[in-house]
Amino acid sequence: MSDAAIVSRRSFWRPPPLLARLGVLAGLLALWEAASYAGLVNAFIAPPPSAIFASFEMLFVQEGLINAFVRTFAEALAAASIGSVIGISAGYALHRYKMAGLAYTDWVAAMASAPLVLLYPLFLVIFGRNSATIVAMGVVGCLPPIILKAKEGLDGVRSVLLNVGRAYGLSRWAMFSMIQFPAALPTIFSGVRIGLLFAIINVVGVEYLIVFGGLGQMISDLGDRFEIPGMYAGILFVVLVSICFFFITEKIEKWLLSSK
Amino acid sequence: MAAVEQIGRAGRAAPRPFWTVGRLRVAALVVIFALWEIAGASGLFYRGVLPSSYLVVWALLGLLTSMDFWFHAGVTGLEVLVAFVLGCSAGALAGLMLGANRYVGAVLEPFLHYLAPTPKIVFLPILLILFGVGMGSKIALGAISSFFPMALGVAAGVRQVNPVLLRVGRTFSLSRFQMVRMIYLPALVPSLATGLRIGLGISIVGCLMSEIKLSRMGLGFSAMEYYRVFDIPSMLAVLIFIFFCAALGNVAIDKFVRLPGPQDRQKRKWSGFTRRFT
Repeated sequence: MSDAAIVSRRSFWRPPPLLARLGVLAGLLALWEAASYAGLVNAFIAPPPSAIFASFEMLFVQEGLINAFVRTFAEALAAASIGSVIGISAGYALHRYKMAGLAYTDWVAAMASAPLVLLYPLFLVIFGRNSATIVAMGVVGCLPPIILKAKEGLDGVRSVLLNVGRAYGLSRWAMFSMIQFPAALPTIFSGVRIGLLFAIINVVGVEYLIVFGGLGQMISDLGDRFEIPGMYAGILFVVLVSICFFFITEKIEKWLLSSK
Repeated sequence: MAAVEQIGRAGRAAPRPFWTVGRLRVAALVVIFALWEIAGASGLFYRGVLPSSYLVVWALLGLLTSMDFWFHAGVTGLEVLVAFVLGCSAGALAGLMLGANRYVGAVLEPFLHYLAPTPKIVFLPILLILFGVGMGSKIALGAISSFFPMALGVAAGVRQVNPVLLRVGRTFSLSRFQMVRMIYLPALVPSLATGLRIGLGISIVGCLMSEIKLSRMGLGFSAMEYYRVFDIPSMLAVLIFIFFCAALGNVAIDKFVRLPGPQDRQKRKWSGFTRRFT
């Protein structure tokens, strides 16, 4: 391919990416809608987008979408908070005791790539079919990234800062709270952020599997009743919520990194 | 105090510590094992919830010698394999396309970027309608799960290919296919390996979770059957078998996908884990 060809291709006008992205999205929705009306797509299998958007009202009024959302959100947040306390402590321990770090960091990393969510039947028999199981599964999901990122952050604290602390004869706690934690905060936060996302994934997943509380249960119920447009709307809602989380926490992370 | 620590850290003059890596690991295993046995025998939990480990081993041996178990294992294995191959190859192709063209990447990649961390299990009801309760829906969910990390990893990898190499390729006026084979692919091995590793893990999760939800065969189904009749040792044995297979798969990927260059093994081991969100 010659350079001339590349240049000539570049010289076409292209809409800015954001506009093009919205265009692609609108085009796909329009295509779906048209295919549905033309009878190309079975409206039972894939109801047209207009019907899906219309059934949001039903979700709010009849299905208690807000309650389900608050419940799922609270469970995920509880899991991420518990996970953060345990995970940051564990990360600190792995950082503080070098030998333990060498021995166990690999294990935590292996846990991270293991299908941990499949342990939920075990938690189900221990805690029973209730919120405790769901929160526990959220904790299990969010621990590995939080531990690994906390250790990484603490390992990366610059020795100049630590030497300043030593020069002032800081206690171990003062050293952690005044120097190590603030310095490692951006990395720790990115671990907590991934942990929160994993917690949401696990919480919704387990809710869906055991049909108990929150958004997962709502989708499972709607599917069982063959309330197909409502089910699509519920799925769309879950996707939008996790996108919002991802987006907001991404912004916070960038802000933390920039203020480092 | 600080001086002593520094000497210890430098590894000079410090006596060899008693708690070496190997001893620490053995100790941790012993502690976990003991805690399990004590908790199970303590009566704090319902009877039979935390069965003694010899019962679990016994159940595992029983499973491994039953034809029925191997049938379920074969079903799940086939599902995971097909899902993994489909999802990863589609992901790699999509990643190549997004990475190779800057504009297409800028327009379409945010879709993948934001869809990647959503819980894929919520798509299962749609897949059940589309593909039925058989293996199709399980394969579809596994494939969708493994698609995203592969696509995002490869797209990022393509953009990081050394531009000098690309210019060399253009100087030799390589065809598009030759460019992919001789320049992109070798440079992409780390991203591919990471994508495969994450993809395997989450396609296993995808297939098994959908089996647990609704199916008549497979290991997820079999674990839930044991749960229903409260045969906890057999349920745990199935879970142990699944974890063992997942670990084996990871080791196999590590062995067969050799990474070029002297890279830090420790770092590479889990660097990709967070990459699916960056």
